Amino acid sequence: MSAVRTENNSITADRRKLKIVVVGHVDHGKSTLIGRIFFDTDSMPEGKIEAIRKASEAEGMPFEYAFLLDALLEEQEQNITIDTTQIPFRTAKREYVIIDAPGHKEFLKNMITGAASADAAVLLIAASEGVREQSRRHGYLLKLLGVRQVVVAVNKMDLVGYDEATFRRVVAEYREFLEKIGLAAERFVPISAREGDNIAARATETMPWYDGPTMLETLDAFDSSVDADDLPLRLPIQDVYRFDARRILVGRIETGVLRVGDSLVFQPGDRRSTVAQFERWHGPDRDFAVAGESVALTLTEQIFAERGQIATTARAGMPPRTGMGFSASLFWMGPGDLSVGERVRLKLATQEVTARVARVERLLDASTLETQEVRSHLARNDVAEVLIETERPIAFDLHDEVPTLGRFVLVHQRRVAGGGIITGVRTDDAARTASTPGSSSARNLVAVDSRVTFEERARRNGHRGGVLWLTGLSGSGKSTIAATVHRALFDAGWQVTLLDGDNLRHGLCADLGFSPEDRAENIRRAAQVARLFAESGLVVLTALISPYRSDRAAARDVLQQGGIDFFEVFVDAPLEVCEERDPKGLYRRARAGEIREFTGISSPYEPPVAPDIVLPTARQSVEESARALIDEIESQLRFQK
Amino acid sequence: MSLRTTERSGLPADVVDGSDSLDSLFGVDEPTTRVDRTHLDYLENQSLHILREAYHAFSRLCMPWSMGKDSNVLIWLAKKAFCGHIPFPVLHIDTTYEFPEMLEFREWATQHYGLNLIVKINEEARYGRGISYETHDPVTVTHELKSVALQQALSEHRWDALITGIRRDEDSTRAKERYFSPRSADYAWDYKDQPPEFWGQFTTDIQPGEHVRVQPLLDWTEVDIWRYIRRENIPIPGMYFARDGKRYRSLGCWPITHPVKSDADTIEKIIAELEATRVPERAGRAQDHHERNAMQKLRARGFM
Repeated sequence: MSAVRTENNSITADRRKLKIVVVGHVDHGKSTLIGRIFFDTDSMPEGKIEAIRKASEAEGMPFEYAFLLDALLEEQEQNITIDTTQIPFRTAKREYVIIDAPGHKEFLKNMITGAASADAAVLLIAASEGVREQSRRHGYLLKLLGVRQVVVAVNKMDLVGYDEATFRRVVAEYREFLEKIGLAAERFVPISAREGDNIAARATETMPWYDGPTMLETLDAFDSSVDADDLPLRLPIQDVYRFDARRILVGRIETGVLRVGDSLVFQPGDRRSTVAQFERWHGPDRDFAVAGESVALTLTEQIFAERGQIATTARAGMPPRTGMGFSASLFWMGPGDLSVGERVRLKLATQEVTARVARVERLLDASTLETQEVRSHLARNDVAEVLIETERPIAFDLHDEVPTLGRFVLVHQRRVAGGGIITGVRTDDAARTASTPGSSSARNLVAVDSRVTFEERARRNGHRGGVLWLTGLSGSGKSTIAATVHRALFDAGWQVTLLDGDNLRHGLCADLGFSPEDRAENIRRAAQVARLFAESGLVVLTALISPYRSDRAAARDVLQQGGIDFFEVFVDAPLEVCEERDPKGLYRRARAGEIREFTGISSPYEPPVAPDIVLPTARQSVEESARALIDEIESQLRFQK
Repeated sequence: MSLRTTERSGLPADVVDGSDSLDSLFGVDEPTTRVDRTHLDYLENQSLHILREAYHAFSRLCMPWSMGKDSNVLIWLAKKAFCGHIPFPVLHIDTTYEFPEMLEFREWATQHYGLNLIVKINEEARYGRGISYETHDPVTVTHELKSVALQQALSEHRWDALITGIRRDEDSTRAKERYFSPRSADYAWDYKDQPPEFWGQFTTDIQPGEHVRVQPLLDWTEVDIWRYIRRENIPIPGMYFARDGKRYRSLGCWPITHPVKSDADTIEKIIAELEATRVPERAGRAQDHHERNAMQKLRARGFM
């Protein structure tokens, strides 16, 4: 019994490269360290060293390893790194991608861009300067970004005469800081990047007192393996494709394992279905998929699934949480300030919702970790513990439990301007406080212009108000389809309501009978109510037989005069089919003469001449009809920015 | 008992599906689903994710295609992302200095993959003003016949995103790129103030006239590309393979693209060669080396 490899890649190609970020205070030697690592591992492109030597001479400077990275002209002039750079190198053990994150305070966003994807971090502290503001800030950000493997390189040991006591002082001070923020450094290594001490080779001459591993040995000991398979399934739906007459759901499995036949639950919405098969083009012939895989799959039963929903397996013990917000640790990159109560877009996995910071619990100085006085806004480079409120339910996890579903970004002025990790669920108490009149968030909600426009409602809801007028015989499926669509749209965060003929007649229209005049009045009232709802931004589904063309035309007029989109939906099933279904036994009673003026039997039904949508329910299932109607609503009423 | 191994797979290493046998061996209830992930798997899955994000975010997408190796890997990945379809047009910027063999490959691959191919030539510059390698320097010609041609196609078709095949390891300016890189209405790249990009959340909000460069191959290296071509058996032009002791490592306009000394006439040999070399990939591309920071200048003005 032996497993045969299907490709004969070298050992290094058969494992993931380790992504390392290098951070630390400006001028503590990041670029030099990276240059030195490249030099010592023989990873420099041919001709590069000669070019650097020439450039150094041209600038009248000694040979600088840092110039390797400072490839852009501007950087060479200023001798700083302005953006994240990623360059591969390799040791005897494996391949690496090294990310150089700039240390200047104003380039924080670049550091986050680099550090957020790293498997491990090297944090540099110059022995000659000791622990500085950004040493602490970057340590804290590594913690916030979820980077758990950290080595602290105490650099420029040559400038302090390779003094062991200086090294010990830096270690003691920084270790205390790391403990405070709950981050453990695996190693502290005394180095000189410029002289090459303890990088690839042990500095037995200059630092005989140090007997730990070198930088490269420390890096080689880090782990690139992921255990995301062992967490419960999280598959954020990225898109739904309709290729080759099939509905295909696509997304990347963030955690867990997925098999054909697994029953899935989609949150928010709590919809359920089962994996029919994976769709792979030149892909592996397997009936399962693992964490990290970008998959495409079909379901056995068609349900209303859309981008943003998180699929999880029913058998997994730990479903994601759903709610209208959460507590979080937030870092704000700006450039603009974020006011408490201000609307921003929150992106979490593939979900996108309008949200706001309802309250700032604590504002931290990321350098000292001291609590600052809470302001009504977050400024660039602030780190805060906040309460986030969303305008519709979202699914999430706590960062400590499922990291990839426990983090989010905030889009402000069309730009990713902040990010955070979820630390707790929102309590009702917290929500109440936030909306108390007089609190800063409530103050911000008082609009300057008190008139609320249709456009404003549409912008907030993500869709316009409108009326879907379902007409058809009794038993054609109006109420069932309307109820299904109602539920699905509500679960997807739409503002939606249902006016059912039966319910209207029990209250608002209890005084009306079934004569042509009373039917007309019934429709008139329903249309007026639908108009009020639609003007308030709701999608209104009506399920009324509404047998007369003239009545339906009058309803259309009422709504279109109000500027409301009106769609006549013909739920089309032949009388024989409806009579056979006879869900309420009404046809039987009408035939028996127990019900008078029954549409189709003793009262006419005038089918629409030019309906906006036709649902042939004798030929398709309720789910198919509901799906078709939802697609139409999506394309007609979703708000276009 | 046996361990099943997938022959040609996206996750090609040892795949153990123990539904028939391992239960008895280890006493587990559920079928084992263990896969050795390779770096190529990681790259492939990330690229598929980026392509699907782009397709969701932008309604007017286009994929420039040079017929080079990276470009063909990109086509392959798009087919995987969209279940055998490529649901957007593919654009070839024809400089009129194309190697005939590349044009043959273009015709073959267009048929083979069923591509919706658009060919664009900057006729105004090439024929109107007579811009040519015979009369102008390579940076000028490259800018006019590639970058400006691309800009013309962008304004003609009003694309809001372009999927490019650039990689960080090609040169130091590309090393600083984003997966979703916004470009201003005058096609400029503001590399000094790029938006942050992390946790798989990309810049997708743009103003009219702007577009986004979507770059699914950013994290791939040259040797990753070759290892993937080998693994997936992806068709590429024959010019990459050594003939008479020379091969093309990177392909562009024929007057300024030079072969390197090589005996690598198989993919295996090419991979072995790349694992040993320290000569940069684009050493044979003259426009990069015409003047100091030539690539930076070209790219800030819209070159890919």
